[in-house]
Amino acid sequence: MILARVIGNVVCTIKAKALAGQKLLLVQPLNAAGKKCGKALLALDAVQAGEGDTVLVLDEGNSSRLILGDSQAPVRTMIVGIVDAVHIDAEEG
Amino acid sequence: MKLARVIGSVVCDSKDGSLAGVKLLLLQPLTEALMEDGEPLVACDTVQAGVGDTVIWVGGREAALALENWYNPADAAVMGIVDQVNRGRAE
Repeated sequence: MILARVIGNVVCTIKAKALAGQKLLLVQPLNAAGKKCGKALLALDAVQAGEGDTVLVLDEGNSSRLILGDSQAPVRTMIVGIVDAVHIDAEEG
Repeated sequence: MKLARVIGSVVCDSKDGSLAGVKLLLLQPLTEALMEDGEPLVACDTVQAGVGDTVIWVGGREAALALENWYNPADAAVMGIVDQVNRGRAE
Protein backbone atom coordinates (compact mmCIF):
# COMPACT_ATOMS: atom_id res chain seq x y z
CA MET A 1 0.00 0.00 0.00
CA ILE A 2 1.13 3.54 -0.64
CA LEU A 3 0.39 6.94 0.86
CA ALA A 4 -1.30 9.38 -1.49
CA ARG A 5 -3.37 12.54 -1.53
CA VAL A 6 -6.70 12.83 -3.31
CA ILE A 7 -6.31 15.64 -5.86
CA GLY A 8 -9.50 15.32 -7.85
CA ASN A 9 -12.02 13.06 -9.45
CA VAL A 10 -12.85 11.70 -12.88
CA VAL A 11 -16.33 11.26 -14.32
CA CYS A 12 -17.06 8.61 -16.94
CA THR A 13 -20.53 7.85 -18.29
CA ILE A 14 -19.37 5.03 -20.54
CA LYS A 15 -17.26 2.57 -18.59
CA ALA A 16 -16.64 -1.10 -17.88
CA LYS A 17 -19.45 -2.87 -16.00
CA ALA A 18 -17.21 -3.47 -13.00
CA LEU A 19 -16.85 0.30 -12.55
CA ALA A 20 -20.61 1.00 -12.51
CA GLY A 21 -21.58 3.00 -9.44
CA GLN A 22 -17.98 3.36 -8.30
CA LYS A 23 -16.35 6.68 -7.50
CA LEU A 24 -13.11 7.30 -9.41
CA LEU A 25 -10.58 9.56 -7.68
CA LEU A 26 -7.28 11.01 -8.86
CA VAL A 27 -4.58 10.33 -6.28
CA GLN A 28 -1.05 11.71 -6.12
CA PRO A 29 1.44 9.36 -4.42
CA LEU A 30 3.37 10.91 -1.52
CA ASN A 31 6.69 10.09 0.11
CA ALA A 32 7.09 9.60 3.87
CA ALA A 33 7.53 13.35 4.32
CA GLY A 34 4.20 14.00 2.63
CA LYS A 35 5.71 15.43 -0.56
CA LYS A 36 4.58 14.51 -4.08
CA CYS A 37 6.46 11.59 -5.59
CA GLY A 38 5.75 9.79 -8.83
CA LYS A 39 2.82 9.94 -11.22
CA ALA A 40 -0.81 10.42 -10.31
CA LEU A 41 -3.11 7.37 -10.45
CA LEU A 42 -6.81 6.74 -10.77
CA ALA A 43 -8.27 4.73 -7.90
CA LEU A 44 -11.68 3.38 -6.95
CA ASP A 45 -12.88 4.62 -3.59
CA ALA A 46 -13.85 2.04 -0.95
CA VAL A 47 -13.92 4.43 2.03
CA GLN A 48 -15.71 7.61 0.91
CA ALA A 49 -12.53 9.66 0.74
CA GLY A 50 -12.67 13.24 -0.51
CA GLU A 51 -10.44 15.77 -2.16
CA GLY A 52 -7.50 16.82 0.03
CA ASP A 53 -7.57 13.65 2.15
CA THR A 54 -4.36 11.73 2.66
CA VAL A 55 -5.24 8.14 1.89
CA LEU A 56 -3.93 4.62 1.83
CA VAL A 57 -3.92 3.28 -1.72
CA LEU A 58 -3.78 -0.35 -2.72
CA ASP A 59 -2.19 -0.96 -6.13
CA GLU A 60 -2.60 -4.70 -6.46
CA GLY A 61 -5.32 -6.47 -8.40
CA ASN A 62 -6.10 -9.53 -6.33
CA SER A 63 -6.57 -7.57 -3.11
CA SER A 64 -8.76 -5.05 -4.90
CA ARG A 65 -10.95 -7.78 -6.36
CA LEU A 66 -11.30 -9.26 -2.90
CA ILE A 67 -12.60 -5.93 -1.57
CA LEU A 68 -15.03 -5.60 -4.48
CA GLY A 69 -16.15 -9.20 -4.01
CA ASP A 70 -15.82 -9.82 -7.75
CA SER A 71 -13.08 -12.23 -8.78
CA GLN A 72 -13.25 -11.10 -12.43
CA ALA A 73 -13.29 -7.32 -11.95
CA PRO A 74 -10.59 -5.60 -14.03
CA VAL A 75 -9.64 -3.35 -11.12
CA ARG A 76 -6.22 -2.84 -9.60
CA THR A 77 -6.05 0.45 -7.71
CA MET A 78 -8.29 1.21 -4.72
CA ILE A 79 -8.39 3.63 -1.81
CA VAL A 80 -8.68 1.49 1.30
CA GLY A 81 -8.10 3.94 4.14
CA ILE A 82 -8.10 7.60 5.15
CA VAL A 83 -4.88 8.50 6.96
CA ASP A 84 -5.19 10.43 10.23
CA ALA A 85 -1.50 10.64 11.10
CA VAL A 86 1.89 9.35 10.01
CA HIS A 87 4.61 9.05 12.63
CA ILE A 88 8.21 8.64 11.51
CA ASP A 89 11.02 7.67 13.87
CA ALA A 90 13.23 10.75 14.35
CA GLU A 91 16.34 8.70 13.55
CA GLU A 92 14.87 7.65 10.21
CA GLY A 93 13.61 11.08 9.22
CA MET B 1 -5.78 2.98 -13.74
CA LYS B 2 -4.44 5.95 -15.63
CA LEU B 3 -5.52 8.63 -18.06
CA ALA B 4 -4.71 8.65 -21.78
CA ARG B 5 -5.87 10.11 -25.06
CA VAL B 6 -6.73 7.91 -28.04
CA ILE B 7 -4.45 8.98 -30.89
CA GLY B 8 -5.11 6.21 -33.37
CA SER B 9 -6.00 2.60 -33.95
CA VAL B 10 -3.97 -0.49 -34.75
CA VAL B 11 -5.10 -3.20 -37.14
CA CYS B 12 -3.61 -6.69 -36.96
CA ASP B 13 -4.76 -9.23 -39.48
CA SER B 14 -2.96 -12.02 -37.75
CA LYS B 15 -3.12 -12.08 -33.97
CA ASP B 16 -3.69 -14.42 -31.06
CA GLY B 17 -7.08 -16.16 -31.34
CA SER B 18 -8.25 -14.85 -27.98
CA LEU B 19 -7.96 -11.30 -29.28
CA ALA B 20 -10.16 -11.94 -32.33
CA GLY B 21 -12.73 -9.17 -32.72
CA VAL B 22 -11.03 -6.94 -30.19
CA LYS B 23 -10.37 -3.38 -31.33
CA LEU B 24 -6.84 -2.14 -30.67
CA LEU B 25 -6.22 1.53 -29.92
CA LEU B 26 -3.08 3.61 -29.80
CA LEU B 27 -3.00 5.57 -26.54
CA GLN B 28 -0.92 8.53 -25.49
CA PRO B 29 -0.67 8.46 -21.67
CA LEU B 30 -1.57 11.74 -19.95
CA THR B 31 -0.78 13.36 -16.64
CA GLU B 32 -3.54 14.47 -14.27
CA ALA B 33 -3.27 17.88 -16.00
CA LEU B 34 -3.98 16.11 -19.33
CA MET B 35 -0.49 16.80 -20.63
CA GLU B 36 1.29 14.11 -22.67
CA ASP B 37 3.38 11.86 -20.48
CA GLY B 38 5.57 9.07 -21.81
CA GLU B 39 5.49 6.93 -24.93
CA PRO B 40 2.32 5.80 -26.74
CA LEU B 41 1.12 2.24 -26.21
CA VAL B 42 -1.40 -0.16 -27.72
CA ALA B 43 -4.45 -1.13 -25.67
CA CYS B 44 -7.55 -3.28 -26.20
CA ASP B 45 -10.83 -1.36 -26.36
CA THR B 46 -13.83 -2.40 -24.25
CA VAL B 47 -15.95 0.77 -24.47
CA GLN B 48 -15.99 1.72 -28.17
CA ALA B 49 -13.67 4.69 -27.67
CA GLY B 50 -12.55 6.69 -30.70
CA VAL B 51 -9.69 8.93 -31.76
CA GLY B 52 -9.56 12.10 -29.67
CA ASP B 53 -11.35 10.62 -26.65
CA THR B 54 -9.78 10.95 -23.23
CA VAL B 55 -10.01 7.53 -21.62
CA ILE B 56 -9.10 5.58 -18.50
CA TRP B 57 -6.99 2.48 -19.02
CA VAL B 58 -5.59 -0.27 -16.89
CA GLY B 59 -2.36 -2.19 -17.40
CA GLY B 60 -1.16 -5.63 -16.35
CA ARG B 61 -3.24 -8.70 -15.49
CA GLU B 62 -6.36 -6.58 -15.00
CA ALA B 63 -6.37 -5.64 -18.68
CA ALA B 64 -7.07 -9.26 -19.61
CA LEU B 65 -10.03 -9.35 -17.20
CA ALA B 66 -11.57 -6.32 -18.90
CA LEU B 67 -12.19 -8.28 -22.10
CA GLU B 68 -15.18 -10.55 -22.55
CA ASN B 69 -13.01 -13.63 -22.85
CA TRP B 70 -10.63 -13.06 -19.93
CA TYR B 71 -8.17 -15.80 -20.88
CA ASN B 72 -6.10 -13.64 -23.22
CA PRO B 73 -2.65 -12.08 -23.43
CA ALA B 74 -3.69 -8.38 -23.22
CA ASP B 75 -1.58 -6.12 -21.02
CA ALA B 76 -3.45 -2.84 -21.47
CA ALA B 77 -7.17 -2.17 -21.85
CA VAL B 78 -9.36 0.92 -22.12
CA MET B 79 -11.97 0.85 -19.33
CA GLY B 80 -13.95 4.04 -19.77
CA ILE B 81 -14.42 7.28 -21.67
CA VAL B 82 -13.73 10.36 -19.57
CA ASP B 83 -16.38 13.07 -19.51
CA GLN B 84 -14.69 15.32 -17.01
CA VAL B 85 -11.56 15.54 -14.87
CA ASN B 86 -12.00 17.71 -11.77
CA ARG B 87 -8.92 18.90 -9.96
CA GLY B 88 -9.17 21.24 -7.02
CA ARG B 89 -6.87 23.11 -4.73
CA ALA B 90 -5.75 20.01 -2.83
CA GLU B 91 -2.87 19.65 -5.21
